[in-house]
Amino acid sequence: MTTRELTYVKAFNEGMHQVMAEDPDVFLIGEDVAGYGGVFHMFDGLLTEFGGTRVVDTPISEQAIIGLGVGAAARGLRPVCDLMFMDFVGVAMDQIFNQAAKMKYMFGGNVSVPLTITTAGGAGMSAAAQHSQSLEAWLAHIPGLKVAMPASPYDAKGLIVGAIRDDNPTIVVLNKKMLGVKGPVPEELYSIPFGVANIVREGNNATIVAIGRMVVEAEKAAENLEKDGISVEIIDPRTVQPLDIDTIVTSVKKTNRVLVVHEAVEFGGIGAEISSQIQESAFDYLDAPVTRLAAPFAPVPFAPILENAYVPDAPRIEAVVRRLLERK
Amino acid sequence: MATPTEALESVMPTTRELVLDLHRRMVRIRRFEERAGKLVESGDMPGFLHLYVGQEAVAAGVCSALTDADQITSTHRGHGHAIAKGADFRPMFAELYGKTTGYCKGRGGSMHIVDMNRGMLGANAIVGGGIPIAVGAAFASQYRGDGTVAVSFFGDGATNIGAFHESVNMAAVLNLPVVFVIENNGYAEFTPQDRHMKLTDIADRASSYGIPGVIVDGMDVLAVRNVALEAIDRAKRGEGPTLIEAKTYRYFDHQGIKGMRILYRDPAEVEAWKTRDAINLIEAIGVERGLVSAEEFAEIWAQTEADIDDGIEFARTSPDPDPVDILDDVYTA
Ligand SMILES: Cc1ncc(C[n+]2csc(CCOP(=O)(O)OP(=O)(O)O)c2C)c(N)n1
Ligand SMILES: [Mg+2]
Repeated sequence: MTTRELTYVKAFNEGMHQVMAEDPDVFLIGEDVAGYGGVFHMFDGLLTEFGGTRVVDTPISEQAIIGLGVGAAARGLRPVCDLMFMDFVGVAMDQIFNQAAKMKYMFGGNVSVPLTITTAGGAGMSAAAQHSQSLEAWLAHIPGLKVAMPASPYDAKGLIVGAIRDDNPTIVVLNKKMLGVKGPVPEELYSIPFGVANIVREGNNATIVAIGRMVVEAEKAAENLEKDGISVEIIDPRTVQPLDIDTIVTSVKKTNRVLVVHEAVEFGGIGAEISSQIQESAFDYLDAPVTRLAAPFAPVPFAPILENAYVPDAPRIEAVVRRLLERK
Repeated sequence: MATPTEALESVMPTTRELVLDLHRRMVRIRRFEERAGKLVESGDMPGFLHLYVGQEAVAAGVCSALTDADQITSTHRGHGHAIAKGADFRPMFAELYGKTTGYCKGRGGSMHIVDMNRGMLGANAIVGGGIPIAVGAAFASQYRGDGTVAVSFFGDGATNIGAFHESVNMAAVLNLPVVFVIENNGYAEFTPQDRHMKLTDIADRASSYGIPGVIVDGMDVLAVRNVALEAIDRAKRGEGPTLIEAKTYRYFDHQGIKGMRILYRDPAEVEAWKTRDAINLIEAIGVERGLVSAEEFAEIWAQTEADIDDGIEFARTSPDPDPVDILDDVYTA
């Protein structure tokens, strides 16, 4: 297996190329995905390689983009529908949660919807309240949907392939601030199944469950803590629906202390679910309350000084872990 | 068809004051955008900007026909609408710099400028997001019977989103005092109009809602003002909405001044539109008709430059927001 360094967005792009080459039923549709290759370069080169039948630009019509994907998926194709910014799921929400998510169950198992939605979420770019949100908890709340949050180039490729091969409606949320982040990526086509967490780093003193880009921040925090002899285990669930709670619980039983960190707002965030499940399954193992670090309950502010305060980062993760360890 | 300016003369003579007013609005937009664009691209200012240069006549012509009590909703490309509606440079630049003295206290940035004192109900980062809001503002006008109108500005691309259809139809059925202004600059991001709709004239869509659809030369500020006055008058008479399509062009990239990653439009096309530049056109009219001298126009440019310097200085020296206040204004206390 040949592995080389690729950026997050190039790794995602390679996954798209390879899975489209493998399966002629996969097509891509969305705004400026063909001629322009996507505003984040996610789809560069796909039009040239696969042509206009399989790589399709659309009018600005998010509801119809997703609805088209639902209908085509019900006919057995494997649509990849792009929503550019995650904030735009709002425009398409009926097709996502009332249609795509429910067809299998509501129709008594008669229809499968192997639809993949791609989008980019996350703050930190001074893009303000309507272009910076992390809405994974909304989506993960809907039975029938699956939600991936790749946190490395390796996962960006593996999870888009896993999503497209999955027979259910899936949403792959890239993180805008990670597009240029580099990491090792195998050349071959590979797939990461949904619901399998990644133990990013092993440790004994505390567990950090980190979502999306917060994995990178947690790694920085862990390196600093290591210098003081504090060994931190980092779990990246990779997909928040389905959630690999077993891997998390196993880790907590070993470390007895856990912090859950995400950049979505704390209230009703995925951290609330994770923390609840941990205390149900590992209450007797906990030496400190399950703790969350997430955004305050406000829209994402524009001013860099506010946005920096809004999104959790390595220094704050480090401080919370230290506090967790002070509890006897 | 009479040329737009001829048609206007018959309704309202072009006065010196009018030419100066329209010119000033357009120059203020042009210079603001050029300076702001450079400040972002040099890294002095955070974020990214959708610049309005080229389209000035649309905002200026329409807003010159409105009062502060009339409401507008805007788009991601919204600086021009705010300036034409009378927004001040100081809080605008301060907002772009993310300062407490900005229109949104630094919370919103470029895509969310608002000025409730001037009837600027907000720019919007969701394409089509402002269209139904203008319908609501018009509903309030009708409800209160206060004689005001609402105008929604949006792009050619935005007419493909469901919110456009729902809003125009509802406003038509409810006979609301609203004017829908399509700024057809030929592109939605990097997609040309002929690849996002089958129509050449988007005004044709009006017929499917049973309302008038009017096409206007969006580089001719007097013509834009004229059709706006007619539509506003109609709205105020209780005869319902009008769909105006202004044919215009943006000189810069979708976002920022430069940065075209692929060649999605012919440079010759850009140059061709610039030969009909709206500011040049109004200057030519003013001078030809002996209404305004070249020196007076130059004075407007110079004054604008000074006002911009003042706005930038104000913004740079204004305080940053304090993260302690991050939860303020999430709810009305
Ligand atoms: C609902 C939604 N979809 C997509 C986008 C991304 N986007 C921002 S501007 C734009 C193009 C808008 O085109 P048009 O309405 O013609 O306005 P213009 O940019 O030409 O002024 C797109 C697709 C968005 N902001 N909101
Ligand atoms: Mg346009």
